[in-house]
Amino acid sequence: MRSRLGIAKGLGSSHHGVQHFWLQRVTAVALIPLTLWFITSLITTVVSSDIIYVAQWFASPINAILTVLLLIALFMHARLGVQVVIEDYISCKVKRYSLLIANNLVSIGLSVISIFAVLKLHLLDVVASSL
Amino acid sequence: MSQVKRPLSPHLTIYKPQLTSIMSITHRITGLALVAGSVLLVAWLWAAAYSPSIYTQIQSLFVTPLGSLLLMGWTLAFYYHLCNGIRHLFWDMGKGFELPTVYRSGITVIVVALTLSAVTWVMALSVTAEQ
Repeated sequence: MRSRLGIAKGLGSSHHGVQHFWLQRVTAVALIPLTLWFITSLITTVVSSDIIYVAQWFASPINAILTVLLLIALFMHARLGVQVVIEDYISCKVKRYSLLIANNLVSIGLSVISIFAVLKLHLLDVVASSL
Repeated sequence: MSQVKRPLSPHLTIYKPQLTSIMSITHRITGLALVAGSVLLVAWLWAAAYSPSIYTQIQSLFVTPLGSLLLMGWTLAFYYHLCNGIRHLFWDMGKGFELPTVYRSGITVIVVALTLSAVTWVMALSVTAEQ
């Protein structure tokens, strides 16, 4: 999301134009209802030591899908936020680029791991398969 | 070249701390704290899906005094970041830059964040007490 002149000149500290700013805002807006829903669900239904209860909660497609949407928006937002922090404080090229790459790998890695967990809880009967 | 030490003007040592600057850096700090918390969220989801024994271990950690304190701190960080984030979104629309408004919205963010944290924790504790 940038002007042709911006692309040609590689303008901006992140060299990505306004895309970072826009994505940060879009994910922020999405996260408002998603996080509030998740926290409310946590304290009203899932605050339980019983793993079976948790698995049953994820059996509902609404819960599973909303959680996956939450995880996608959350890790996108977190990745962009951490990127800005790294760019603000690290000037040494070696540390800067390795941390920026690490940020991307960790954010994407964590999102995939968590989405897999939710899918597993939703698609398979955790009670029957592991206990 | 990045190793050459040059003299710097004093900044943090002489600049008067103000609500604006303190709230701004707190927004960044809470963001980073939430990223740390999201790693725990991934661990919790993974344990729920793939390892019932680790799940019960994590759940029992949550009820310890230190665990509860960390969760409460995390909840406060979350609500602060949420409310201040909404304040940021208003700024992105160009609204609320007049100085009295900035201070008023800032105080509102702090009060609402504290209130929401307290309400969440009262609800969470009463739900766990019922079980």
